[in-house]
Amino acid sequence: MSLLKLPQRAGFRFSFVDSFLWAVRIGALVFIVVGIFGTPGIPGGPVGSLAKTLSGEGVSGEAWRGLVVTGLAQGSMYGMIALGYSMVYGVLGFINFAHGEVFMSGALVSFFVADSFGSSGFWDSQPVLALGLTMLVAMTTSTIVAVLTERIAYRPLRGAPRLIPLITSIGMSFFLQYTFRGLFGGGFKAFPQAPEALQGRATIFGVEILKTQLAVIVVAAVSMVVLYQFVSRTRMGRAMRAIAEDREIAALMGVNVNRVISLTFAVGGAMAGIAGVLWALLFRQVYFLTGFLPGIKAFTAAVVGGIGNMAGAYLGGLSLGLVESIGPLLVLDGWGIPAVSQLKDVVAFSALVLVLIYRPTGLLGERLAVEERG
Amino acid sequence: MTKKMKFRHLGALVVVLALVAAACGDDDAGTTTTAATGATTAATAAPVAFPPEAGAWGGVLIEAGAPVEIRTMQALADAVAFLGVDQVRGTELAMEDYGDILGHPVNLGTTEDDLCLGEGGAAGATNIAAQEGVLGVIGTTCSGAAYPAIPILNAAGIVLISGSNTNATLTSDFQGNAGENWMDNYLRTAHNDLIQGAAAAIFAYDNLGLRAMGTIHDGDPYTSGLAAQFGVTFTELGGEIVVATSVAKEDTDMVPVLTEVATGEPDGIYFPIFQPAGDFIIQQVGGVAGLENVQMYGADGLITPDHFSIPETAGVYYSGPDLGFDANAGFTGESYSNLVVRYEAAYGELPTAAFHAHTYDATMMLLHSIESVAVEGPNGELWVDRRALRDFLYGLSDFPGVTGTLSCDDFGDCGGNVVSVILNEDPSDPQAGIANVVFRAGKGAGGEVVILPLDG
Repeated sequence: MSLLKLPQRAGFRFSFVDSFLWAVRIGALVFIVVGIFGTPGIPGGPVGSLAKTLSGEGVSGEAWRGLVVTGLAQGSMYGMIALGYSMVYGVLGFINFAHGEVFMSGALVSFFVADSFGSSGFWDSQPVLALGLTMLVAMTTSTIVAVLTERIAYRPLRGAPRLIPLITSIGMSFFLQYTFRGLFGGGFKAFPQAPEALQGRATIFGVEILKTQLAVIVVAAVSMVVLYQFVSRTRMGRAMRAIAEDREIAALMGVNVNRVISLTFAVGGAMAGIAGVLWALLFRQVYFLTGFLPGIKAFTAAVVGGIGNMAGAYLGGLSLGLVESIGPLLVLDGWGIPAVSQLKDVVAFSALVLVLIYRPTGLLGERLAVEERG
Repeated sequence: MTKKMKFRHLGALVVVLALVAAACGDDDAGTTTTAATGATTAATAAPVAFPPEAGAWGGVLIEAGAPVEIRTMQALADAVAFLGVDQVRGTELAMEDYGDILGHPVNLGTTEDDLCLGEGGAAGATNIAAQEGVLGVIGTTCSGAAYPAIPILNAAGIVLISGSNTNATLTSDFQGNAGENWMDNYLRTAHNDLIQGAAAAIFAYDNLGLRAMGTIHDGDPYTSGLAAQFGVTFTELGGEIVVATSVAKEDTDMVPVLTEVATGEPDGIYFPIFQPAGDFIIQQVGGVAGLENVQMYGADGLITPDHFSIPETAGVYYSGPDLGFDANAGFTGESYSNLVVRYEAAYGELPTAAFHAHTYDATMMLLHSIESVAVEGPNGELWVDRRALRDFLYGLSDFPGVTGTLSCDDFGDCGGNVVSVILNEDPSDPQAGIANVVFRAGKGAGGEVVILPLDG
């Protein structure tokens, strides 16, 4: 009795594709484990990043902690942007590729407020109020851009084949980029340094963290909790979930579908606006293309977490941020690959592929509408 | 019904023929390109002796009153637009100063966007090569865009002069050996990275006393070539490159790459890259364990008022072209200091980068050369032989430019090849930082680096 026949008899089909996927899974696991731990006892084999650290040659423990915090901060912003992708996918079933530009619009417009606060001294004298007002402007801008985009570009296409709004969203992405370039110029806008209260480091559980990174992580987490409460406990939140579940039945139950879809875009836009200010605080440079790459990464995060799943989007963002930050040094450096940092994006997108191979519905599973589920 | 169908077919045929005729017609009325055989296709009757027989690259007949066609190809979008737009302005100001060529206006046409990428350079060059009568192109912004553009323009007999390409392979190694990407239609007024990389390393080793350096480039031929040359010279001097790594141009989170550099425990980091990646590196380096006190050292891609106004750039050194141009006067007698005044008046801001001056000179060289080799016809026409134009450019010597005196060598390096290192001491006054030269070096007779006096 051959081994290949055994699963068939038991009711399984073990196809060539299955074999290939298992080989990829095992190969990836071996690659990661060897990259981290090396091959002790095998002369000339990979040393492993952990072994390097323990021998004092590689990345120090302090640097690893710094990478983790950086990854969490970066991932928090990915997560907040990813919420917009995920929510829109939940109610409309398409990917709004212009969402990165919604994020950029908030960051870019808030620059002018922050810059005037910075030059007037208000930024440092009243940091909480100044940051709050800056965030309010960013949220308002992003919300308006998101709602207008839905009203003008997507609503007329409601009911059209899904490819059409998808392509429209790519067009909207370019339209918004170059509209903002025309309005505010193509140069980089240097966001003022974080208020003095947020400069320097804070010690949390014995770990030194840059205060701006800490602020980004905390604000993102609080925003996520507030959004989760809004969606799960309020009447409008229930309406959003109802439409995400089954738009037609929701409409029959008296839910104003257009209004709720607009609200979904507005909420996603507001979260992107907050992320825009956090981004500007952390990286202090914004320009008309600021939203492009974070938008792609956030979309990736939404898929990693489980598209349509809000908590998944946030978790996907955090995971992606961490993988990007520590992955190259943790895995690739252990194999002795030079200049590993340039492979950051390779690592991030490889992680996406691996997650989809191991768990095709994402970390927390997809939330699909009735028609999506078939 | 049949008659109607026949008329429709006839009408369709007429429309198709009209479209074909339009497609085959001249894009630029008034100029006619002739093949290398010398057989002219002049649209108007001309005396037997005019136009003269075309040289190996063919020639261009410009009819009376028609414009002389030149083009520019620079990075206009994305992150390095500040470099490209600055150079387009340099070309526009030069055209304004030079005026007409023997009674013919000069037309710049539509600026091609080289995207600072090979793809952009190839697309832009293809578009330009397809246009009738273009004599020369000013560009590209980035060396990587020039690689594919040069052979495309070469095949069309069009010269390409860059004000900001610095990669050594585009010209020569200064030892009489052509660079692997050199072709004989290419020239530049910018310096050669062999000089900048070596001079930057000498300053780091001798003046700053650094012995262990990390280098970061972004994969662009300019940045990788410069970082590599820095490493070669620094190692020859006795120093060590402890980590040589790179980032992607779009990266924002630089902590991972800086952590990688920190593992080598360097005394300093040379990062000859562009904005915004350079901005992110300088802003984030202080937060990475082990790099709190390293000496940061950038290059000309970051010598902009925007970058110099970032608070963390205080105490950072930058290598780049020598910018002590104020006392220089260009070909038409225009002083550099006045050029900057006119730049600000015309565009509402001070120059956004350093290379507008080099591009101003490149444009002047091209216009002067066209005028010098042009043959006037009996009825106001102009005849420009492409090969003669190329040879004239390559033969330019002691040409007065706002960047200094320009002389082209056998491989198209025309710039003064004087580089400097500047120190930004006060980010609240970025212009003072850009003018704060602490080291100058240039090319010696044998291609070696020679240290120059600061007030030279």
